Amino acid sequence: MAATANRPDSPESIDLASLAWSLRQPRSAFSYAMSVVTGIMTVSALVPLFSVLYLLILRGGRHLGTAIFRELPPAAMVAGGGFGNAIVGTLIVVLIASAISVPIGVLAAIYVAEFGPETRIAAAVRFAAKVLTGLPSILAGVFAFATVVVTTGKFSAPAGGVALALLMVPTIALTAEEAIKRVPAKMREAAIGMGATPTQVVTRVILPTAMPGILTGVMLAVARAAGETAPLLFTALFSEYWMSNTSPQFLPRTLGDLMKPTASLAVLIYNFSGSPFENQIELAWTAALMLVIIVLFINLAGQSLAKRSESR
Amino acid sequence: VIANEARVIREPSSGEPPEESLTAAAQEISQPPSGLDRGVDRLFRGTTLAVAWATVLLVVYIVWHIGAVATPAIQKHGARFLVGTTWDANRGEFGILPAIVGTLYSSVLGMAIGSVFGIAIAIFLSEGFLSSGLDAAIKALGLSDRRGLARLPDLTESFLRITIELLAAIPSVVYGLWGIFVVIPLVRPVADWLNSHLGWFPPFSTPLSGPGLLPAALVLAIMVLPTISAISRDALIEVPPKIREAAFGLGATRWEAILAVIVPTASTGIFGAMILGFGRALGETMALAMLAGNANVISWSVFSPANTLAALLANHFPEAGKLEVGALMYAALVLLAITLAVNIVGTLILQRANASLRGLR
Repeated sequence: MAATANRPDSPESIDLASLAWSLRQPRSAFSYAMSVVTGIMTVSALVPLFSVLYLLILRGGRHLGTAIFRELPPAAMVAGGGFGNAIVGTLIVVLIASAISVPIGVLAAIYVAEFGPETRIAAAVRFAAKVLTGLPSILAGVFAFATVVVTTGKFSAPAGGVALALLMVPTIALTAEEAIKRVPAKMREAAIGMGATPTQVVTRVILPTAMPGILTGVMLAVARAAGETAPLLFTALFSEYWMSNTSPQFLPRTLGDLMKPTASLAVLIYNFSGSPFENQIELAWTAALMLVIIVLFINLAGQSLAKRSESR
Repeated sequence: VIANEARVIREPSSGEPPEESLTAAAQEISQPPSGLDRGVDRLFRGTTLAVAWATVLLVVYIVWHIGAVATPAIQKHGARFLVGTTWDANRGEFGILPAIVGTLYSSVLGMAIGSVFGIAIAIFLSEGFLSSGLDAAIKALGLSDRRGLARLPDLTESFLRITIELLAAIPSVVYGLWGIFVVIPLVRPVADWLNSHLGWFPPFSTPLSGPGLLPAALVLAIMVLPTISAISRDALIEVPPKIREAAFGLGATRWEAILAVIVPTASTGIFGAMILGFGRALGETMALAMLAGNANVISWSVFSPANTLAALLANHFPEAGKLEVGALMYAALVLLAITLAVNIVGTLILQRANASLRGLR
């Protein structure tokens, strides 16, 4: 700055002191203040997350024990109880949803990324997937109600599975497409050069290479589906009982066992959160802790998988 | 033919393991596809094409099917349904105006609060505040020769980003539970004070009796914040470095550059992020069903209990009779139309944002 001031042709009218970085200058003071404000806002956005986690551990951790896996939801004012049937129900409904959505999502992604990336149908699939991402989860439930529940005449686990599958397909398809596109072109060309058919290229080279990325998408979709409540409210409904009358009671023995209202953690939390009875509210917190542990675990596992595949 | 070529290529390299096995291996892995291979190939490609079509048709089918199921109710109630204000299944009287107003009001509030924080976070994470701030702190403490501290800014940034993404991973029913026991008790004293001192101002004109629009909108804001901050951050990072550098070269302070150059350049992307966040807020169900109060009231007050389309569906569907299911399907169709329109507009805006930034490069 001294050099500039000493130059003979420097215009006298510029007050160089006003250009210095100092908190006394309104310009830099404003800049500094804004930086501090954004920093505070960023940190304050983390408060809800930690508040949720803190309360879950504080209120939900109290009742954590093996009883919650073994016992059924309690009636009002009865001490103890658990939600073993809801954990099993969540697993079964999510399993059904994955069985439907993973093949659909991955196959559609293979077509879009590999066989016809520039075609009009590929653009349509991408657009449809993006529109489906924005589909309110409750409307997935409405759709499953109007198709599965009305057709079969029953609230059932498969009806809940169809609703959740609808929400999982776009996540799986979009992430699988990205993962397939990231496979280096030279691997594809090497396989073609050896005389592989397009199908062999996909199944022997591209899918194994893109597998970590595809799995990440599947895990993120599963994590989201496991926490969804709205689509299950009037498809899988809820049940106070185990799935089967014969031991082991948590395993559905027949198709008939599966075609009954099915409990899930998310719906249990919703039902018990509005309960006037302290024991049910406490159990809702424990169920919420359980659900968040499951969801965060799957989520973080999926993200670390993605990071590892990226660094490769 | 390919197998022969492989053999030709392999042959000169004589110093390697026995040639016999090499050619055998080469023959095994490289050979022209058999008839079966070609059949399987055709079948597999046909399957993927069919599935691709199926996903597109699925979206069409969802809209068509919900529309078809709702048709009897549409014919019966007509446009009266959209402007009616009572929902009484016993008298067969159905109107969703309070729910439509509540949906839009809560989503606008949630989106506005979420956007302020989301965009601030996006700026904070994309403009290098962390690295410069932490560098200054490290220097001030005289720790700059410690090796491990060099990675601290990067680690903090990815910690912040992942934590904010995890906000989106918490199930909405858990937010609802948290909202009932934390947000409502926290908001109530503030709401009471605002109502008693500024009660003439329409948004503060009623007391908060428990569940209400404001707690629901606050939880909505937390839920849409990750969407808005992630997409806005992408938009800010996409701003070409030369534009940023040109602003600094002209002597702009950091915030002059951000507010006058960088944010306007990324504004289309940020706007698209806000629209998509709005779309998410419109369809969000559980937090609103648990926190908004489920009351068919139209009020300017943010403390008044309210209802939304999604909450209406969640609360009435499980026990609905045949007549009410028809009306609920009509309500679902209205919600579907609103969210589809908002999401399609948001997606198109983001596409345009990408296209216009391409021209700057």
